[in-house]
Amino acid sequence: MATYKVKIWRQSGPNANGHMERHIVKGIDGDMSFLEMLDHLNEDLEEQGKEPVAFDHDCREGICGACSLVINGQSHGPETTTTCQLHMRSFEANNISEIDIEPFRARAFPIIKDCVVDRSGFDRIIQSGGFVSVNTGNAPDANANAVPKTDADTAFDAAACIGCGACVAACKNASAMLFVSAKVSHLAHLPQGDAERRERVQSMVNTMDEQGFGSCTNYGECEAACPKSISTDNIATLNREFIRSKIGPTT
Amino acid sequence: MKLDANIPEGPIQDKWANHKMAMKLVNPANKRKYKVIIIGSGLAGASAAATMGELGYNVDCYCFQDSPRRAHSIAAQGGINAAKNYPGDGDSIYRLFYDTVKGGDFRSREANVYRLAEISNQIIDHCVAQGVPFARDYGGLLGNRSFGGAQVSRTFYARGQTGQQLLIGAYQALSRQIAAGSVRMHTRSEMLDVVVADNVAKGVIVRNLVTGQVESHAADAVVLATGGYGNVFYLSTNAMGCNVTAAYRAYKKGAGFANPCYTQIHPTCIPVSGDHQSKLTLMSESLRNDGRVWVPQELGDKRKPAEIPEDERDYYLERKYPSFGNLAPRDIASRSAKEVCDEGRGVGNTGLGVYLDFRDAINRLGEGTISARYGNLFDMYERITAENPYKNPMRIYPAVHYTMGGLWVDYNLMSTIKGLYVIGEANFSDHGANRLGASALMQGLADGYFVLPQTIADYLASLGSNHERMPIEEQPFVEAEEAVKTRVNTLLEINGKRTVDSFHKELGRIMWENCGMSRTKSGLESAIEEIPRLRREFWSDVKVNGASDTLNISLEKAGRVADFLEFGELMCRDALAREESAGGHFRSEHQTSEGEALRNDDDFCHAAVWEYTGDDETPVRHREELEFQNVKLATRSYK
Repeated sequence: MATYKVKIWRQSGPNANGHMERHIVKGIDGDMSFLEMLDHLNEDLEEQGKEPVAFDHDCREGICGACSLVINGQSHGPETTTTCQLHMRSFEANNISEIDIEPFRARAFPIIKDCVVDRSGFDRIIQSGGFVSVNTGNAPDANANAVPKTDADTAFDAAACIGCGACVAACKNASAMLFVSAKVSHLAHLPQGDAERRERVQSMVNTMDEQGFGSCTNYGECEAACPKSISTDNIATLNREFIRSKIGPTT
Repeated sequence: MKLDANIPEGPIQDKWANHKMAMKLVNPANKRKYKVIIIGSGLAGASAAATMGELGYNVDCYCFQDSPRRAHSIAAQGGINAAKNYPGDGDSIYRLFYDTVKGGDFRSREANVYRLAEISNQIIDHCVAQGVPFARDYGGLLGNRSFGGAQVSRTFYARGQTGQQLLIGAYQALSRQIAAGSVRMHTRSEMLDVVVADNVAKGVIVRNLVTGQVESHAADAVVLATGGYGNVFYLSTNAMGCNVTAAYRAYKKGAGFANPCYTQIHPTCIPVSGDHQSKLTLMSESLRNDGRVWVPQELGDKRKPAEIPEDERDYYLERKYPSFGNLAPRDIASRSAKEVCDEGRGVGNTGLGVYLDFRDAINRLGEGTISARYGNLFDMYERITAENPYKNPMRIYPAVHYTMGGLWVDYNLMSTIKGLYVIGEANFSDHGANRLGASALMQGLADGYFVLPQTIADYLASLGSNHERMPIEEQPFVEAEEAVKTRVNTLLEINGKRTVDSFHKELGRIMWENCGMSRTKSGLESAIEEIPRLRREFWSDVKVNGASDTLNISLEKAGRVADFLEFGELMCRDALAREESAGGHFRSEHQTSEGEALRNDDDFCHAAVWEYTGDDETPVRHREELEFQNVKLATRSYK
């Protein structure tokens, strides 16, 4: 059982001033997940009649994308995974006993409370074009179009994005290029996405800018922070799609 | 309570087509005049909201997560069934229908299941058209794999993330409608009551989880797509936020709750490692293709697995079920694991675990092949347990995974409250007493994309386009809103000594011990006494800190746990009343001499539907008799 010195971000509301609050968290087993360590801290706070620390989480199996913590300066902490799949043994093994916890920070992700941020900018980017315009009805047979396996696999690799926003939090410009490029690339590699590819890329890039995300300057921090290993190759695809949509043939 | 399933006339294969012709339609110009509220944005809710929006209805969709993309449908791993018969191995709509009825241990409604099988193919077509990246073979066509309970390969999949890809497809379709203005999305919002007048749904009471504002919203129809209630056990494979509140509130307003005791316990989950545990993680059923399940023969054998010689191991599934072996169905594999652990032969620190051993498969096929098949699962296992499953056998134990029970609905997916529809895992309709793998995604999308948008039109058309919604100033809204606010304030004012989680954990223990993998009369009776005691303690001694006008995670949890504390008792009552064993419901008193589930078709070939009669009253049990005209009632055997 280990003891940790935890400093965690407290902020009572969107317009309040925030601060780092210190806690000593005792009795932490290496098999506990990082979020279970926070549950433990919150249970202590509740017993003392204090408000627990608010943080987003839900599936706790690395797929919903709700986790949004910066741990010791890194999005989702020291390993390439979501916060919920990070375990305390990772700190034990490296003799780390001090842990700083902050929300994902970006102008486009305003803080709601404590470590909870508003990532609805991502939703608005998808709403601006991250879909195929097909109504529910009588779609053609699923095997009517063959899709080469390599295209399907490339599309899948991009579609694996969980929309957590670690890429934005890790980027010094708070750019959402990796997120946007993952969706553009997913749909650009499939015949179903072809008809709208010009409008899609322009609209999504415009919305990304409107939502206050920064520009990409090719540092690659996003890829390093991504728990699903989304590649910056997708950003190259996005740039190509964007230029093509501006100068390429219209048909 | 009147239970009319409204099953259309005619041969089973014509029922849905006939019904679609018989139902009234809403003229395109009138559709926007109808307002429909959808609660939940998982596969069922998002697909319904998107489709209703496309059709031109005026839709409001609510979810408690920060984005509709995060609902727990996202965590489904394995796949989605459809009767495409692409592999040419003899599949058909009828066979999918038959397998699903049989897999459900003959406790589902034939007409609904047939429609589900019929729609399954359209789902795959539509999802491919949306750009869902299903697995494909080298010729570019879609791949299929096998799942439990079927002898054909009918499962479409997207690596181990099928739920994620299907949900993102539905989320994108929903996003398109949000941009078009036909759907208004309300995130971080929780439904805390449904407003009913004269047994007709009039709207909902919702709490904005960020501002704490309690709001009334009127609608012409309300749709609950709020998922399952597995978190009544505290530990389950469900997401932390999954809850029964919306469904339970509807039950208290007059909606019948069907078969609440039908829960699915999945056999291959990572065991509990300690008291700190907040949730359990599933390991795909596919691992049982190559892994062998065993425990030591000796009680309390603490040797390392590698030190236990072959003849001192008990490969109990292979011993008991020689023809199915390690691929015995979920309910049977789970119960067998519990039995050996109860005998004291379980492994790991807690003694609640069995080995899933790949040694023989690795020796036969090589580590490379095993890694290619299961690499991502092996990595996930190692990340969570810090043990290398290539070197040591995995330790697994059953965990609560899915709930087949839910609000009762008729063929149109309408509950016993008029204008209140229930779709996806939240209803009871298609899986009987046990759900087959890869059928949950199929049902959620069938309900949301293809069934509800058709059947709800018939109801809306019957209201007439000049119909007026009840103003939120009227008594039913005012009373419901007041009751919600009072409840919220009461929770904050108790200011007792025990945390919400401590109550939830205690309830979970009571439920797991008495209403889990095997149930007895005496255990259920003791739970029915214990739960009200715990509930009284909760309402006098719970400690909920903070305020009501802000994001308050303790308050959110407290409301959900308060409902679980009532609902758990209903589950136990249902399990006690069902004097038979069927699918996921195993009553120890009702088993064969070989320890297998023993159904009682003479007395229990029905869905049990519970009617709420008051807080201190015993609820009334009604029944919908199930008629099997197309599939013959038979005993399942896996020997």
